[in-house]
Amino acid sequence: MSIILTAVLCLAALALIFGAILGFASIRFRVEGNPIVEQIDSLLPQTQCGQCGFPGCRPYAEAVANGEPINKCIPGGDSTIQAMADLLGVEPLPLDAEEEPPVKHVAFIREEECIGCTKCIQACPVDAILGAAKQMHTVIADECTGCDLCIEPCPVDCIEIHPIPESIQTWSWELPQPALNKNPAIIATDREEATV
Amino acid sequence: MRKIWDFHGGIHPPENKAQSTTQPIRFAGIPQRLVLPLQQHIGAGAKPLVAVGDRVLKGQLIAEASSQLSAPVHAPTSGTVVEIGNHPVPHPSGLADTCIVIEADGQDEWIARQPLANPDQCAPEQLLAHIQAHGIVGLGGAGFPTSIKLAGGQGKPIQTLILNAAECEPYITADDMLMRERADEVVQGLQVIAQLLNPEECLIGIEDNKPEAIQALQAACAGTKVEVVVIPTKYPSGGEKQLIKILTGKEVPSGGLPADIGVVCQNVGTAVAVYRAVYHGEPLISRITTITGAAIAQPCNLEVLLGTPIDFLLNQCGFKAAQSNRLIMGGPMMGFTLPGPDLPIVKTSNCIMAVTPQELPPPAPALACIRCGLCAEACPAELLPQQLYWFSRSGELDKAEQFNLMDCIECGACSYVCPSNIPLVQYYRHTKAEIRREREEQEKANRARERFEQRQARQERELAEKEARRKARAEAAAKAQAAKQSAVSAAPDKAAVIQAALERANAKKQSVTQPAADLATLEDNLKKAKAKLEKMREMLAEAQAGNPEQAAKLENAVRKNEERVRQAQAALDEAKAAATAQPAATATEDIAQLERAVARARNKVDTIRQAIETTRAQDPERAEKLEASLQAAQAKLTEAEQRLADAQKPAAPAAPANETASVEELEQQLQKAEAKLAKMQQALDDARQNNPENVEKLTRAVEKNQVRVEAARKALADAQQQATASAAAPKEEAPSVSLEELEIQLAKAEDKLRKMEQALADAAPENVEKLTRAVEKNKVRVATARQALEDARQRVAATSSGT
Repeated sequence: MSIILTAVLCLAALALIFGAILGFASIRFRVEGNPIVEQIDSLLPQTQCGQCGFPGCRPYAEAVANGEPINKCIPGGDSTIQAMADLLGVEPLPLDAEEEPPVKHVAFIREEECIGCTKCIQACPVDAILGAAKQMHTVIADECTGCDLCIEPCPVDCIEIHPIPESIQTWSWELPQPALNKNPAIIATDREEATV
Repeated sequence: MRKIWDFHGGIHPPENKAQSTTQPIRFAGIPQRLVLPLQQHIGAGAKPLVAVGDRVLKGQLIAEASSQLSAPVHAPTSGTVVEIGNHPVPHPSGLADTCIVIEADGQDEWIARQPLANPDQCAPEQLLAHIQAHGIVGLGGAGFPTSIKLAGGQGKPIQTLILNAAECEPYITADDMLMRERADEVVQGLQVIAQLLNPEECLIGIEDNKPEAIQALQAACAGTKVEVVVIPTKYPSGGEKQLIKILTGKEVPSGGLPADIGVVCQNVGTAVAVYRAVYHGEPLISRITTITGAAIAQPCNLEVLLGTPIDFLLNQCGFKAAQSNRLIMGGPMMGFTLPGPDLPIVKTSNCIMAVTPQELPPPAPALACIRCGLCAEACPAELLPQQLYWFSRSGELDKAEQFNLMDCIECGACSYVCPSNIPLVQYYRHTKAEIRREREEQEKANRARERFEQRQARQERELAEKEARRKARAEAAAKAQAAKQSAVSAAPDKAAVIQAALERANAKKQSVTQPAADLATLEDNLKKAKAKLEKMREMLAEAQAGNPEQAAKLENAVRKNEERVRQAQAALDEAKAAATAQPAATATEDIAQLERAVARARNKVDTIRQAIETTRAQDPERAEKLEASLQAAQAKLTEAEQRLADAQKPAAPAAPANETASVEELEQQLQKAEAKLAKMQQALDDARQNNPENVEKLTRAVEKNQVRVEAARKALADAQQQATASAAAPKEEAPSVSLEELEIQLAKAEDKLRKMEQALADAAPENVEKLTRAVEKNKVRVATARQALEDARQRVAATSSGT
């Protein structure tokens, strides 16, 4: 009898101790907010373009954390969808866009036409347009995310979106096109044919 | 013999070096046009310093380093800048980049060269700056700015300085010929670098397929600390990491630099460039380039000015254009195909190959990877090429990175051994570029996020500030509204002021009735005022000496203080007079009490007498008792009468003193009023001369004052009369007291009226109406008070005449 009692008491004491530790830890090491939102946000391209239907990348990250489809980030393209699918453990979906994701863009102000209305400055989510009232504005190309939010507010339509030209600095080697894809059923005896 | 190590893998491709070593190095000559790309090195492109049309001299700086990781560009010969613009540059992409185009004038005129005077005694910083200013970059192939590489080795203890003379790539013999012909310069350049880094040992690593170069170097190194280490020929022993492994047995950590393990490696061509810069002041404007390949009739090594078009060189060496299917810059292992022969030679162009299809057949179509593992055996970086291949093909960048793709030196050994002809290196190059692009994009995304968040924070802050400003404005408006309202109700405000003045007057009156307590404070006040006045006067005396402006102000202040002292004195005198009058007042009160007591006593005596008479008839015993009490009562009566007589005696002389005091006061008031009137009249005269607008006002004020003076005179006369009357009839206290009260009331009313009138004069136009009404009311009040006073005086006169 006393053995059972001892065992029960020991277990009760242990339960109390661990309960206290867990209770303390749940308060002391409490995680503020949803950490998955941070992780999703870090995968998004931060163009803040709103093409996903949310006002910026972080709101979309929050929406994805709450079950929104992961295929709405058009500037991010397939690589972002893949990364989000890996993170969330879901199947990657095809991009929710009419055409192929466009290449990188940068806004360009035709400066001789600019009237200095500052409307585009207010629209730019990353403060990449420089200028003052009744002064010509210009785009800081390095900071521009190509979100094209500045185009619509311009009253004189002097902003256009240019694709970033390929230069020596941005060029990279092409991925070789494997011949295998054309003829995946190749076998050893076909080699002769293939080398010709 | 020095112990040497071996690195993993490696291959032995056909060397094909002998073709180009048959002829000595010769100068290629000056082409008509030189095209100098601004970026011939790793890092940021240089910034042009010349304009189109400028004449430049040989060795002149034409583009400066634009950042820390950059290198300047110098003019290779004298001539004229004819263009600064985009030209195709030797790059695997075949794209154009910004170039400076110089039209050579053929004179080859040097700018003044500035070699270091005493290279042996130079400080390392000076040497580094010199190397940097002369545009020297690594000539082995990568083109990393030499000064930065050397500066990176400076902070760390360097045990081994290695000169890379391995030149393992097939076909290329530029370094070999350079060492054969200019071994002295190589060793001297090495010694300059050694002076900078101060290593424990200096090694020259050279493959055993260059016996002439080895001999030349050994001869040049005789008597120096430099050791020539001959290593077995194996591709890619000329790779920096591989050569370090061979010579020292150490491995450069993944992602690290050779300097991290105490080793610095430099190419022989770089050493010569350093030597020429330091000892001759020549910037890097030329280099040795091997022109070789089956389509070249006389393969050779040329000393080429940077910017020389490749076809200019090919033509000198018997280029058989018909046989050649492609031009390659660099060797067959690591080089790339050029899009055409009109590209310029740059700092990193160590070899130009014109090959025939037989010599270098186009790559066969790739077959499936059979996981044979030959690539892994050949890989000098000990990577797993086939794994990397799969990851690259499926775009799994993170996995490729995990498998250390970034440590790949792109030597091409894996592709060389691959039985399936898979262009492995191209996959790796692509994937490496993708990884770098991803990193850059991540960085850019982070920056964009930061900017976005900062913008949001700024907008919130601006909104809050706007809100705060709006609130402040609303408050200010409310305050202004309140001020307006208070201005409208200025009359009640003035009433409050008048009330306060009344209270003050009351307090003064009370202080007169309770003089003993206030006497001390008044004396104190007087003393203080006098002390202040003294001080003021002293200050005034000082100021008069030094500061006339200040003096005027101080004079004003002194005058004010004198006034104050006078007031204090007056208050004190008044209080003293009141104090002496006080006992008299109490005496008169006592007299009344005593009279009442006497009357009571008489009454008592009478009632007792009556009682005695009534009781005598009935009760003789009791009558006796009553007679005793009658006697006691009579005694009390006499005592009371006695006391009354005593009290009346001192009261008689006190009353006149009180009267005279008030008469004196009235006289003083009259004097003041007269003085004021005089002042006013003077002001009026002044105003008539200077300011006609104010004349009317002042005239009115003078009239008022005249009335007041009249009133004061009258009051004085009355008081004097009264004094004589009260002296004649000292017992008539009560009416005179009420008379005084009435006078005070009148004075108060007049005071109020005066203040009102002043307020009226000062008031804003919208308040005038209200104030006028208030003034009229007060005038009525003054009139009634005066009437009451007159009545009281008549009564007094009547009572005094009655007595």
